[in-house]
Amino acid sequence: MAAQILFFLLATVAIAAGLGMLLSKSPVTCALWLILNLFSIAGLYLTLNAEFIAVVQILVYAGAIMVLFLFVIMLLNLDSLPEVKNIEWKRIVGFTLGMGVLALLCFVVASSLDILPFKISAGRAAEVGSATSLGEVLFTQYAMPLEVIGILLLAATIGAVMLAKRKPV
Amino acid sequence: MEVTLNWYLMLSAFLFVIGVLGVLFRRNVIVILMSVELMLNAVNLTLVALSQHMGDPTGQILVFFVISVAAAEAAVGLAIIIAIFRNTLTVDVTKFNLFKY
Repeated sequence: MAAQILFFLLATVAIAAGLGMLLSKSPVTCALWLILNLFSIAGLYLTLNAEFIAVVQILVYAGAIMVLFLFVIMLLNLDSLPEVKNIEWKRIVGFTLGMGVLALLCFVVASSLDILPFKISAGRAAEVGSATSLGEVLFTQYAMPLEVIGILLLAATIGAVMLAKRKPV
Repeated sequence: MEVTLNWYLMLSAFLFVIGVLGVLFRRNVIVILMSVELMLNAVNLTLVALSQHMGDPTGQILVFFVISVAAAEAAVGLAIIIAIFRNTLTVDVTKFNLFKY
């Protein structure tokens, strides 16, 4: 039962963060909502026993790509720097409690309609998501796409540097 | 036995539609790129849910590749935005109209 409430909690936070990103005025706020969304999707990966992908998501997506977005937003000076003088604790606690209540309500509605999400057979699922099984497939059957991804990342790095370079006047 | 999968697919559809609305209705081009990232995440959630449902690691391999392609695309897209910003000094997508007839 705890796993099911956890699914509903992560799902409501993900949707709320997506809507927050859609409706925010300043691009920095949009980026922060998207980071919350990425963390909740990583939590959903963990409920699906895909631990390797969850950690890769946090490291690469939330840790590198979103930091890159925030750097560019700050570099283009689209927003005044957000001031962190006083953290509005009321808003944070209100948002958390509101998402918790919504998740609990969705769980109650789903359990009364008898359509709860329950875990897929944990034994088989746990071995599919581990780094061992992914590594076995990745380095044998998908070795060529892996090398091509390496070349793609090299091309993207060179392209990004060339595009953003200041032309010597 | 399909109930678990349906919930994840529905959540993924919601997130994908929120991303599409962001691409259609926002004027800041950086927020449009972030909405594209949200769409890619929704697709990743679908792939992982189906991979765990069918017990096949191929879906998660594809998620691995999608994340790396998304990283490359975000880097190049932001470099293009920086290059455009040097000339036009705006990131409002309605002002990018040099190709307009």
